Amino acid sequence: MTDGRSVVPDAESVDDLLDGVADDGLAGYNYAYLDEHTKREVRRATLKAIALPGHQVPFASREMPLARGWGTGGIQTSLSLLGPEDAFKVIDQGSDESVNAANIRRLASRTADVETTTDATDASVIQTRHRIPEEVLDDDQILVLQVPITDPLRRVDGSDDANRRRHAHKNYSKMWVALYENVVEYGEIKLSSRYPVLVDDRYLMDPSPIPRWDVPKLDDADNLCLFAAGREARIYAVPPHTEVEPLAFKDRQFQVERFPDQACANCGSEDTFLTEVETDDGDRRYACNDTSFCEKRRANPDLSKAHHRDGNDHAWGPATDPSVPDGPTENSEGGERE
Amino acid sequence: MTVLDVANLTKIYGDACGECVDNTGPSVGDNQCPVCGSVVACADVDFQLHDGEVLGIVGESGSGKSSLAEMLALDLDATAGDARYHAYDGNMLSADYQARHELQNQHVGMVHQHVQDGLELSFSGGGNVAEKLLAAGWRHYGDIRDRVESLFRETEVPVSRMDDATETYSGGMQRRIQIAKAIANDPGLVVLDEPTTGLDVSVQARVLDMFRGLQREQDVATIVVSHDLDVIRLLADRTLVMRHGRVIETGLTDRIMEDPHHEYTQTLINSVI
Repeated sequence: MTDGRSVVPDAESVDDLLDGVADDGLAGYNYAYLDEHTKREVRRATLKAIALPGHQVPFASREMPLARGWGTGGIQTSLSLLGPEDAFKVIDQGSDESVNAANIRRLASRTADVETTTDATDASVIQTRHRIPEEVLDDDQILVLQVPITDPLRRVDGSDDANRRRHAHKNYSKMWVALYENVVEYGEIKLSSRYPVLVDDRYLMDPSPIPRWDVPKLDDADNLCLFAAGREARIYAVPPHTEVEPLAFKDRQFQVERFPDQACANCGSEDTFLTEVETDDGDRRYACNDTSFCEKRRANPDLSKAHHRDGNDHAWGPATDPSVPDGPTENSEGGERE
Repeated sequence: MTVLDVANLTKIYGDACGECVDNTGPSVGDNQCPVCGSVVACADVDFQLHDGEVLGIVGESGSGKSSLAEMLALDLDATAGDARYHAYDGNMLSADYQARHELQNQHVGMVHQHVQDGLELSFSGGGNVAEKLLAAGWRHYGDIRDRVESLFRETEVPVSRMDDATETYSGGMQRRIQIAKAIANDPGLVVLDEPTTGLDVSVQARVLDMFRGLQREQDVATIVVSHDLDVIRLLADRTLVMRHGRVIETGLTDRIMEDPHHEYTQTLINSVI
């Protein structure tokens, strides 16, 4: 590593200074950026979170080289997990190419010397913001979700103190009233994201701002899901094969987003989560939100979401996937509203 | 059958010096301890409440009525005392949070003196009543709606206002919603704290009439706390008169009204009539 002090006397401008350290890279930093004590602390919180599915476990949450609220919890969790053998994928709302995703991926590849990938089936650790990949995850994969707001009860009560007491006693009636009022107002439960789920019949959990489309994927999944919030300094988890039940009434069932008569404009898929995009001409069209799977579908339109698992042995996501015969049933009563 | 058996119920606000109870009460003429300054809201209250009975608690402001009501509704921790509720094994005053919530949800309904203590004003009226049902495990939206609607009818609140925010309701409606909420899960005991305070006379009469009808129909044991002797006369079978945190006289309401024994009760009755 260049000794910074020796550079300064010769430097005539900031550019000179930067040139002087250009070859240093991240030499001198600990492996995977964080020091070993921090990693150990994060891992300890992670293990505790796994032991108490859905329970929010505090952790120290260090300063990171980007602002809190931009994925610092996810980065700390990912970096504490990564080893040289891992393949790391970062998704930002379905895209591998957003600035934030690319920078997080670069940080990991420089400091942790990991291989990076955009293929969800190749990655051993996937850090994601607001989406779960369309392709089914395996039991050797870990999904790290970035979380802005950790407590689902904050929707109904701003007091974390009162909410912690509610969690301790599994007293979720206030959240139920909010859902009741939602049905009164709209005829069905209309929460676009952060849909409250009950984990292992015990803790109410905020699944992070994933669309409702992704919520069923958490239930009885083969993979481990970790949720990390750097700003709020909390980690929680859904271990593999844990029951995750979205709150709903017996006669007003949980429903995923509907895209009637729409297919992805790029790959033609009708069984993926679509987002409306505006083209340069001002036209509006629907396209897959998960860009890496969309690319695969473009090459092979009949590709199953479980193609890497022989296509059969899975139940992942909404029933729109033709290879899933019995997914969550659509409720016709609220069907008149779109 | 005895629904509730209360013995030695005491509430002291402040750091008690140990002699507060001896230093206060009607014989002293104050409820603040001269030694340590603690306020003895109520002390050594004993009574029994029977099936379907309405017990009135009357007294001037500061006599400890509301503290008593809140302790019995498990909203306030008691300093000392023993309360046996027929469907709970042990002293319900020392029940843990979980048991207390179950009791409040299933067995003890409370109508608070202040609306904001009893209702979530930003929720709809229907939502406030539904909360009780949801807390008791109701998960069928249609059933909940039906039950809330029938409770609105029973308490004579217009069903058309069911989905409006509670803060838009009139004071009388808010009081009725509290009653609807209190009886939603068919409790064994209902505690009314000043059920008519702040309502105009015609609304008072209708709320009391409605509650008396419901109470007779469902035969629910009730404790009514009021400073208003007319309310007590109308609702209560039996009455406790409180002063300076002590019960100074108990008896059938008719007897108390017609033949008050204690000097203070006599003044109280005479000042009304």
